[in-house]
Amino acid sequence: MSEQIILKIAGVNKRFGGLQALSNVNIEIAKGQIYGLIGPNGAGKTTFFNVITGLYQPDTGSFELAGKPYSPSAPHEVAKAGIARTFQNIRLFSEMTALENVMVGRHVRTHQGVLGAIFRYKAARKEEQEIRDRAMELLDFVGIAKFADRTSRHLSYGDQRRLEIARALATDPQLLALDEPAAGMNATEKLGLRELLVKIKGEGKTILLIEHDVKLMMGLCDRLTVLDYGKPIAEGLPAEIQKNPAVIEAYLGGGH
Amino acid sequence: MALHFDIKKNPTKAYTSFALLAVVAVAFPFIAANFGNSWVRIIDFALLYIMLALGLNIVVGFAGLLDLGYIAFYAVGAYTTALLASPQFAVVLESFVNQYPPIGNFLMTVFGPEIAQNGIHLSVWLIVPIAAAVAAFFGALLGAPTLKLRGDYLAIVTLGFGEIIRIFLNNLNGPVNITNGPQGINMIEPIRIFGVSLAGEAGSMATIQIGGFSIPSVNAYYFLFLALCIGIVLVTSRLQHSRLGRAWVAIREDEIAAKAMGINTRNVKLLAFSMGASFGGISGSMFAAFQGFVSPESFTLMESIIILAMVVLGGMGHIPGVILGSIILAALPEVLRHVVEPVQKLLFGHVIIDAEILRQLLYGLAMVLIMLNRPAGLWPAPKHEDRPDADIDKPERATGVVAA
Amino acid sequence: MDTLIQQIINGLVLGSMYALIALGYTMVYGVLSLINFAHGEVLMIGAMVGLTVLKIMQTAAPDMPGIFKLVIAIAAAIPVCVIVNVLIERVAYRRLRNAPRLAPLITAIGIGILLQTFAMMIWGRSPLPFPQVMSSEPIHIGGALISQTQVMLLVLAVIAMLGLVFLIEKTKMGRAMRATSENPRVAGLMGVDANKVIVATFAIGAALAAVAGVMWGANYSSAQFAMGFLPGLKAFSAAVLGGIGNIYGAMLGGILLGVIESLGAGYIGDLTGGFLGSHYQDIFAFVVLIIVLTLRPSGIMGERVADRA
Repeated sequence: MSEQIILKIAGVNKRFGGLQALSNVNIEIAKGQIYGLIGPNGAGKTTFFNVITGLYQPDTGSFELAGKPYSPSAPHEVAKAGIARTFQNIRLFSEMTALENVMVGRHVRTHQGVLGAIFRYKAARKEEQEIRDRAMELLDFVGIAKFADRTSRHLSYGDQRRLEIARALATDPQLLALDEPAAGMNATEKLGLRELLVKIKGEGKTILLIEHDVKLMMGLCDRLTVLDYGKPIAEGLPAEIQKNPAVIEAYLGGGH
Repeated sequence: MALHFDIKKNPTKAYTSFALLAVVAVAFPFIAANFGNSWVRIIDFALLYIMLALGLNIVVGFAGLLDLGYIAFYAVGAYTTALLASPQFAVVLESFVNQYPPIGNFLMTVFGPEIAQNGIHLSVWLIVPIAAAVAAFFGALLGAPTLKLRGDYLAIVTLGFGEIIRIFLNNLNGPVNITNGPQGINMIEPIRIFGVSLAGEAGSMATIQIGGFSIPSVNAYYFLFLALCIGIVLVTSRLQHSRLGRAWVAIREDEIAAKAMGINTRNVKLLAFSMGASFGGISGSMFAAFQGFVSPESFTLMESIIILAMVVLGGMGHIPGVILGSIILAALPEVLRHVVEPVQKLLFGHVIIDAEILRQLLYGLAMVLIMLNRPAGLWPAPKHEDRPDADIDKPERATGVVAA
Repeated sequence: MDTLIQQIINGLVLGSMYALIALGYTMVYGVLSLINFAHGEVLMIGAMVGLTVLKIMQTAAPDMPGIFKLVIAIAAAIPVCVIVNVLIERVAYRRLRNAPRLAPLITAIGIGILLQTFAMMIWGRSPLPFPQVMSSEPIHIGGALISQTQVMLLVLAVIAMLGLVFLIEKTKMGRAMRATSENPRVAGLMGVDANKVIVATFAIGAALAAVAGVMWGANYSSAQFAMGFLPGLKAFSAAVLGGIGNIYGAMLGGILLGVIESLGAGYIGDLTGGFLGSHYQDIFAFVVLIIVLTLRPSGIMGERVADRA
């Protein structure tokens, strides 16, 4: 088993005042997997995302990315380490064009500063061109190249989701963390999204996915963790999860 | 707009527009001279305001940080220049010697008898970078506590800083005299370029003689300030279309998403403050040398608000718009003064609404009317879809839930 | 020791004025999440109207007891201030409720400037002397002096604050205001008309500012078009200190800031070895503001929830 573990999170606890939002959550994701995180509403999935990407500070937990510990203390450090995320409510830079949005994604892997901006010497110009080219490549990869110069606010909902994914990919992440990318999509759009995710997996990327559409998840994910009330109640292959009585009870609401 | 500045999309039109502007700009002082020197002087001050507005545009327009204390950097640049180009430093040293002899004597040995007698007199080539650097430092200093604050609070805290600076300038004449308090610092040297003083030699009635030519001092300053403005326009424009510029806009649009994409928002915001402040400092430096004296009265909250009004009126974030807003709000009050007061005298026999009141009315109305009716400003950045040559089809309607 | 008591008395007087102004800021912030930048100018209008009314009464009814004159001046100032503040809400804030954050802020600043300009046109530029209607015979308290005017002001401030507490806790409108401040949507579902609540909030805030304005003029014996801006800012700092959105916080913050400023001005010379003098007094409020926002943004009594991702 020479599978490389991309993400290894153990023992995450997070309390908000009187509410224990996360209890002892562990996750291990191997390279190239699509890993799903499911659970009823309010189970703590987005909270978990926010913790591992540095938006919330955990009470306890150990965090390792590709074998190296990382500190989830600041979102930009997490991005630099190699986790890129999208948001449940889509957070694009609405007044920028699609291309510019993705170009911002390249920020963390480039370094031209004030002097490069003002004097535009050769290295700076070269980097700027590379940023632009790579951004166009990514727009093409997710299928919205023709909207490169459109203000992102004016894109269709499905295209905005794709754009957010392209922007996240621009950071050259080790792990792509997607928060409900299929929310609000119709069946056709979901199929398109599924294709895109499979394509991304095909490039060797690792994906951590939160979703509510259980059918989509079962068909797409290699492994899943199920959260309920902040606690992991099941972990394993889709087939195992589907048969797990605790999972069924959590979703059908026996005794909540 | 008949003027087009987009070099990439339509070079011919862009360069023609620039050429047209250049002709107008160069010819202006010579034409205006026919109506008296005061018009050129007014535009000289307008150019200073343009520099300030362009600097504030970085902070407010690009990065979206509402700084209500921006005038502090103008003050810093002006007073730095005042201390480095007038007899004031001699006074500073003397008062240290009187009040705190150990420190005073140490400083005397450092600076020497020449400075103790006459003060510091550096050349403009040194003073301007120093003023810019000092202002940039203050920009970071005053920006640092505001990094976690949201819009309203950021505004008030920066306002507070602006006031604190003004209060210090007004009161640092005791126990040691650094700023000379409410009286301000005078006898600031005019700008000397290659030995020629832009204020003209004594007794020349503010006219410069070069070779066989004579040119009024205000005209010389006009070209100097124009050159500086053009420089600042170029620099801010380049900043805008760069990795840093995109980072600023990203922070403005959605700070959390910006962080998630790896932008170190703390550093990027500090850069916005510093760069914006440095332009304020340069402008302040020019102001001090041009006017020959500085006093705390020139650096009130009202001035900060005026500069903000210029940015807002013109079009936040859009450089040509900001220049337009500056020209309108700097020159219009003066134009009105020359028109409205005589008219009132004619109609009513005396002036009911004087120029000062008119000026303030204009600023207040500008801000209110623009925000209520045209919040993007008089000349906002053209939308990408509105460009005549945009190669996309009509924007599609959203098919699902609109993004939050 | 004498100085200490004197400074504390001065601080309480100053603080009670700050408290009244801070209440206006905090109530508006509670319902709209917005700083009414023009609030300081409302204070100024109150002072100027009060001044004018007092001058009229000095000539029209010279024998009327000073207390009555003050009360009448305040009663005249209140409706003017209320109209101004309500107009500001209608013209500026209502239309911009869904605009990006900077818009209402900038509009408010513009309105503040316009108000100052109108005041300049009506009352001129120079500071005007505020008619002294109370006897200038001071009262002695343990070695310190307090003027009859100041006693009057303290009494008025307490009455105003008590009145406000009664309104908030015991009346239907007060309940509606509290509900809207906590959760506008749910309050709306319960039948609360948000617009009415907002107008009431602006009106009450204006009334308090009117009282504070007349008080300020009386305390410092002068009034001028530019007098509102600094007290407004400081009162805002007081509101933040006490916990923005919290009415008791505003009262506490106001009084606390007044005392801090007074003591600070009195002792800063000693504290800094003579380097800083009492003319740096105005800085205290800003320093307090910055410290509070940096270390404990929710203030003394506040409990605002942090932004969620």
